[in-house]
Amino acid sequence: MNEPLPFRRTAASSGPPDLPSVMARVARGDKGAFSVLYDALAPMVFGIVLRVVRDRAQSEEVAQEVMIDLWRQAARCRGDAGSVRAWAATIAHRRAVDRVRSAQAATDREQAQAAREHTTAFDEVAEQVETRLESEQVRRCLRGLTELQRQAVTLAYYRGLTYREVAEALRTPLPTVKTRMRDGLIRLRDCMGVTT
Amino acid sequence: MNDHHTDLHALVGAYALDALDGAEADAFTRHLDECEACRREVAEFRATTARLASAVAEEPPAALKQRTLDALDGVRQLPPRLNSAHVTRSLAERLRRKALLLGLAASLVAAASFAGLAVWQHQEVRQAQEQTQRAQQNLETISGILAAPDSRTVHGRAANGALTTVVTSTRQNKAVFTATGLPEPAAGRTYQLWLQHGGTMRPAGLIHQDGTVLVDGDPADATALGLTLEPSGGSPQPTTAPLLLMNMPA
Repeated sequence: MNEPLPFRRTAASSGPPDLPSVMARVARGDKGAFSVLYDALAPMVFGIVLRVVRDRAQSEEVAQEVMIDLWRQAARCRGDAGSVRAWAATIAHRRAVDRVRSAQAATDREQAQAAREHTTAFDEVAEQVETRLESEQVRRCLRGLTELQRQAVTLAYYRGLTYREVAEALRTPLPTVKTRMRDGLIRLRDCMGVTT
Repeated sequence: MNDHHTDLHALVGAYALDALDGAEADAFTRHLDECEACRREVAEFRATTARLASAVAEEPPAALKQRTLDALDGVRQLPPRLNSAHVTRSLAERLRRKALLLGLAASLVAAASFAGLAVWQHQEVRQAQEQTQRAQQNLETISGILAAPDSRTVHGRAANGALTTVVTSTRQNKAVFTATGLPEPAAGRTYQLWLQHGGTMRPAGLIHQDGTVLVDGDPADATALGLTLEPSGGSPQPTTAPLLLMNMPA
């Protein structure tokens, strides 16, 4: 029933698939294409979900929900390969954040409290995240941020904190945190040469 | 107003990082509808954070793939969004909107002392379960109208006893019609909505039973909304006396 796929299904080293055309096939209900999409995106999806949710079993659940959501919404994804990845990452991050803010709301509040008491713990977390980064470019660009920009962006993105929680953790006024998140992202964007 | 706009725009970074809470995120999403520059910046930031996500990529357990593939069978795929200007909405956001729709519609119903809330909710649940692709889009449009900052509401009562509500949004130039207590039409008949433009009644869609529908047509210069019983499939012009003629919300 499925047409043969022009894509190799092995590791990413065999060359990335043409994501927009894979997505177009997925939108038509092609499960073979979804298998290719899964191989291309599941590591990014699982990686960011795991970073935010932390618990592996829950992260697997959320990652599965995200991949199913990509299947559901495939027809609404447009644009080039970068757009497809950005779209998938957006859905994955938001789902991960929804999970920790609903089911673990209490735990998160405790963590925010702990964060106020142990700001240094977050410094270590940020360090750990950075040393594990696979991308040299991302590591270099993060180093190009000011300390406050880097902490604001990484605590929000990799830990799923709200900007209020970030402000408390960093003992920094809310407006400053808002601004640092935005100018931090602007600096990262420019460093990475992101265009849309 | 300008300050408000500036305040909202300052949140663009926090929004792209999913660092706003629910109410703030909703307010910013509405702001995005009006702010082309913000939409572009959000798209650029999302491309940027996707690099942050890729940098922590990790192979999921092998078994997860088969579990995911197996789970696809029961999942209905959505149609393409016709309005390409819309930013992609997450499932969570759609669910929030649906919840908002239920909440708002419920309050409309309560405000008019409707008795049919349970019926309406049952309708909504049924619709959510077996919605066609078109219904899904309509639902999103309807919730957008009910949630619009400029929405206006009028209530009415049809000659057959049904309680009705019209909600319009001038900015979106759309209207929503809700009916409760509509008697079941005879076989081969249906209820039809009309928009009155000057002396002309223009067809504005069908409603077969209690529920909420998007009014077809352009409510901007319509003065009134009418309801008649028509043969199934509707008529080009009303063929029976109106059961209802409501002035459109001012």
